[in-house]
Parts: sequence; C-alpha cells; structure tokens
Amino acid sequence: MRLLLDLARGMLTRRLRQTLVSVTGIALGVAFFIATAAIMRGFQTYFVTQIIDVSPHITIKDETRRPTAQAAELAHPDGAVLVHGVKPRDRVRGIRNAGQKVAILEAMEGVAAAPVLQAQSLLRYGSRDVSAVLTGLEPDRHRRVSNIEEDMIAGTLDDLRRSANGIIVGEALAWRLGIGMGDTLSAVAPSGTVLSMKVVGLFRTGIQAVDQGHGFALLKVAQVLADRPNVVNQILIRLADVTQAEPLARQIEARFGDRTESWEEQSANILTVFVIQNAIMFSVTGAILLVAAFGIYNVISTVVIEKTRDIAILKSLGFTEGDIQLLFLVQGIVAGLLGALVGCALGALMIEGLALVRFGVNTPSGQGQFLLDRDIRVYLLASLFAMIAAALASVIPARRASRLDPVQVVRGAA
Amino acid sequence: MAASGGVPPLLEARGATRRLPDGPVLVRDVNMIVRAGEFIAVTGPSGSGKSSLLYLLGLLDRPSEGHVLLEGQDTARLPASELAGLRLARLGFVFQFHFLLPEFTALDNVLIPIRRRGLLHGAAARNRAMALLDAFGLAPAAQKLPEQLSGGMRQRCAIARALANDPALILADEPTGNLDSVNAAAVFDIFSRLTREEGRAVVVVTHDAALAARASRRVHLVDGVVVSDAAQAEAPS
Repeated sequence: MRLLLDLARGMLTRRLRQTLVSVTGIALGVAFFIATAAIMRGFQTYFVTQIIDVSPHITIKDETRRPTAQAAELAHPDGAVLVHGVKPRDRVRGIRNAGQKVAILEAMEGVAAAPVLQAQSLLRYGSRDVSAVLTGLEPDRHRRVSNIEEDMIAGTLDDLRRSANGIIVGEALAWRLGIGMGDTLSAVAPSGTVLSMKVVGLFRTGIQAVDQGHGFALLKVAQVLADRPNVVNQILIRLADVTQAEPLARQIEARFGDRTESWEEQSANILTVFVIQNAIMFSVTGAILLVAAFGIYNVISTVVIEKTRDIAILKSLGFTEGDIQLLFLVQGIVAGLLGALVGCALGALMIEGLALVRFGVNTPSGQGQFLLDRDIRVYLLASLFAMIAAALASVIPARRASRLDPVQVVRGAA
Repeated sequence: MAASGGVPPLLEARGATRRLPDGPVLVRDVNMIVRAGEFIAVTGPSGSGKSSLLYLLGLLDRPSEGHVLLEGQDTARLPASELAGLRLARLGFVFQFHFLLPEFTALDNVLIPIRRRGLLHGAAARNRAMALLDAFGLAPAAQKLPEQLSGGMRQRCAIARALANDPALILADEPTGNLDSVNAAAVFDIFSRLTREEGRAVVVVTHDAALAARASRRVHLVDGVVVSDAAQAEAPS
C-alpha cells in the first residue's frame, strides 16, 4: 500500500497544475457547501428558537381531537352504527377544571403552566379597525411560560395590573391602528361587548403574524370582554427540556382528554419548509461537487492516458489489474482528501467573512447580519461527500487503466 | 522427451500459436524449450513475430492455441493475477526503450518490484537494490532521475530492475535497439555473465546479427514460424 501511495504521489505531482485545478474545484464545492449550510442552518436554528421562545412548548386546548362518542356507538361497540348530523353540545366552551389541571401540571418536574383565554376581538381606533387575537393572561404565571417580556419595547407585563383596562399590543399592530403608548382604543368582542382599553405596552417578536395581530390583557379583563367569566380556553406549558414536548403532550392528552399540541405539531408547516429548503441546499452544493468530480475524472483520465507506458511497465513487472486500479483510485481519493481539507479551511474563512457582513436593514433578528451555525458535522459531511465524489470519479479511468494490455502498449512503442 | 522423469525445463512452449482476433497469425505452432543457463537469441526479419513470441514466453500474452509451461506449470488457464505473480517472482523484462518510471530515481525504480513482491523490507530492500545498481556501475547515479542518465545507463538500470526479484528468466525485446555499439556490447556482456555465472536463462530478441552471434543458441523466425533453432559457440566479448 505504501508503494502504491508513493507511485500515486509521483504521478499526481507530475501533473501538478492540473491536479491543483481539480483539487481547487473540490475545495470550492466543499467550502460553498459549508458556508451555505452555515447560513441555512443558522437561520433555521434561529427560527426554531424563535418559535420555541415565542410560542409555548405545549398548548392544551379546549377541544378534543375526535368528536365525543355518541350513546348509540357506546351501546353497540361492535355494531355498525352511523350517526349523522352530530352538533357540538351547547355548553360554555373552555377547559374544564382548568385551575386543577394547572396545579397538577405545575407539580411536575421541569414544567411551568399558565392558563389563558384567547379570544378574537376587533380593535378600533378612530376609523381604523384591526382584528386581533387578544390573550388574557396572569402576568406572574405567564412570565414563566413565555419570553414575551423580553420582546417588550415599551412597558412591562406588570403594567397591565396598574391600569384598569390595560392592553399590550404588537408594534406592527400599533402602526396599523396609528396608536402609541398611553392611547385608548376600543376592543369589540364577537358577543358585542365593547371595552375601552389603554395601551400600556408594545412588543416586537420579529414574527409578523404575531406583531400584527396579537394583544395581551389581564385574564379577568379578557374574560369580561369575551363575556366568559372564569373560563380558560388554553393552558400554555413551558418545559425545561424542549425535546420532551412531544411525548409529554401525548401523555397530557391521554390523561386530561383535551387536545394537546406540542410546538413541533403546531409548527409542522414551517419544519416541512425547512426539509425542502435543506433538500434544495443539498442539491445545489451537490451539483458543485458533481462538477468538481468531473474535474477529478478529467485529471485521472489524462494521467491514465499519459501514463499508458508506465502502466504497461508496471504490469510487465508483475503488478495485477487490482494494483493498477487501486493506484488510480488512490490518486482520486488523495485529490478528494486534499480538496476536502482545503475546502474546510476555505469554508471556515468564508463563514468568518460572512459574519462580518452587515445588511444595514432591520432584519427580524434585529441584528442586520447573517445568523451562522458553526457545526463540525457539516464539515465532516462535506468532506465525506467530496471523498465519495472523487472516488467515484476515478473509478472509470482506474478501470480503464487496469484493463490496459501491456503487449499492445509495448508493441506500439517499439 | 528430455523432460520426462527429470526436472521440468524452465520454460516450454508447446504448439504455441498466437493469432489476432481479425485473422493474421503472429506466431505459428512454436515448440521450444528454455533451460537454465541458456542464452538464446531470437532473430528474424521485421514482422516475423519475434516480439510476439517473447510476450508469449514472458506470460504477458496468452497463446490462442497451444500451451506455455513455466517450470512445468501450464499457464494457459491461470487467472491474470496469478500470471502477474509469476512475472513478479520468476521473470524479468527488458524492453527496447528503458521504460523507467520518469518520476522516480534509479534506486526507486529498482525498488518498485522489490517492494511489490514484499519479501524484503526497508534497509534490506534498499541494500539489494543498491547492490544491483552497483553491479552495473550505477551506484553513483542511484539518486538520479532517469532523464539525468545516459541511454546506456538507463538500459543498465532497466536490467537491474529486471533482476530485482532474482528471476530465473530474463526476457529482452531489442534491448540494444536504442544504444550505440559500445553500450550494446556492454548489455550483451551482462546477459552473457548472467547466464554463465548466475545460471539464469536469457531470451533476447534482436535484429543485430553480430550480437546474436554471441548467444549460446539462436532461434530464427520467419513469418511466425521457427525455421532454425541451433546451439552455437558463444563468441568471446
């Protein structure tokens, strides 16, 4: 093997410039892969963190996943019962025994829970109407399940308690209504109740849908507005360990019967987009590596043609077809390895370069720069791709070299 | 038959015929025995099949019909990898062009077959290669690349490489074709010494009648057929 490596080195250094070009090709492919992955993964990680930060890890809702079983179905579990036109029972909607459930949840390790009432409302200021989701909350509990306090750009959650009918709205919502801190707007509920509410805080999460269409008030105030006294229609849960959200959600749903969604379930659409995004990234950078692989194919092919005589000589000396094939395969893999090493270094430089870029605009992250993810696994993956591409690219010329008939070569030269 | 009962001859061709797929016959029905210590010159006009016969004897090519036996072993059905193993261990080739690997020094070129065989390692392998180079007066040029050597030195280096694994048989195809008469005579001196002093067999293809006269046996080919095969007194150098 050492001998084959020495021979491979001799042949590659002979075509140094061409070898360098193809190694550069691989290196660029690897570097772009690493840099693109850093941007995409950085953004995705930020986005997921935002989702996790802004929305609760688990939400318990005042609905059930399946319609309640009808008496006829319960009476004849094995019979073919079909009940048409089942209407939801006319009862006060909301989570039953919410206080008790919150107490049970809070007793669990690493779990914080907060009851809220979310209700649709129309916020009116002068002649402008904006429909918004108004969340009634208890500031002390809510603080433990949500990061909304960190996104406040004016006022605090506690200010809700200091004013009779205080409301906190998203910055974008405030712009749309044309209101500012201290202004008083009218909140209209679907039931017809109207409340005058004073803006005591503004927030900016970076997620447009939230900033444009959400408001917060005290739970009691929201219950009055919605005309649903003592009703809670969601319990928000935050976990110490985010990864436990899905199994715990299933556990809670099984125990309480209320529909319980983890953050993964609620953001399934966005997570799907990420999957597609990653597929696109992999195909584009894969294409770069593919082109680079052709460069390697080219070099190895040229070396094979140029070294026809040497191949014949090695065969006459007693090298087997397998030896010759390995000799050229090794050259491809060495080129791939060099490309991967240079590419990793180049990729790291590109990431640091990107980190210096400032957009000069107000991005959602509020930082005006790329969010970069520096993960060693990306480097390893890119290197692995490069090596495989290089090895595959050298297989064909290596096979051709191994099949060369030394007699024909020697005869041609003599 | 001389071989019956005794030690099999080093190399034997039995009715060996080599034809190209599209018809032409290169070598026709050659029966030939090569014994240890023989210095055989294969002569004949251009295109008479001298080289083709040499490739058959050297296991580089397979006969279309007939057999080639190396030390009593029929090679006709051996896989290519085993033929390569036999070439590595028992045979040495010298061609008209030196065919040294241009990226490697004279020493490395001689070391390649030794390292491929893998019987000697490290210093032992180097010592063997240096001894071979030294035997041909190439010790001072051991670290030089082939392009830095003269034509005669290159061919001597190629012979040293052919001898790297101590082969029983050296096959040379017009080894002096590119050399002046002094260097050509030197190459034949080496072959003569290898056969007489070391007991190896040498088969040389040449069109130089004066040099062929120095072999111990001469095989003449015309149109792929052996027309004469006779021992001759080795001419003094």
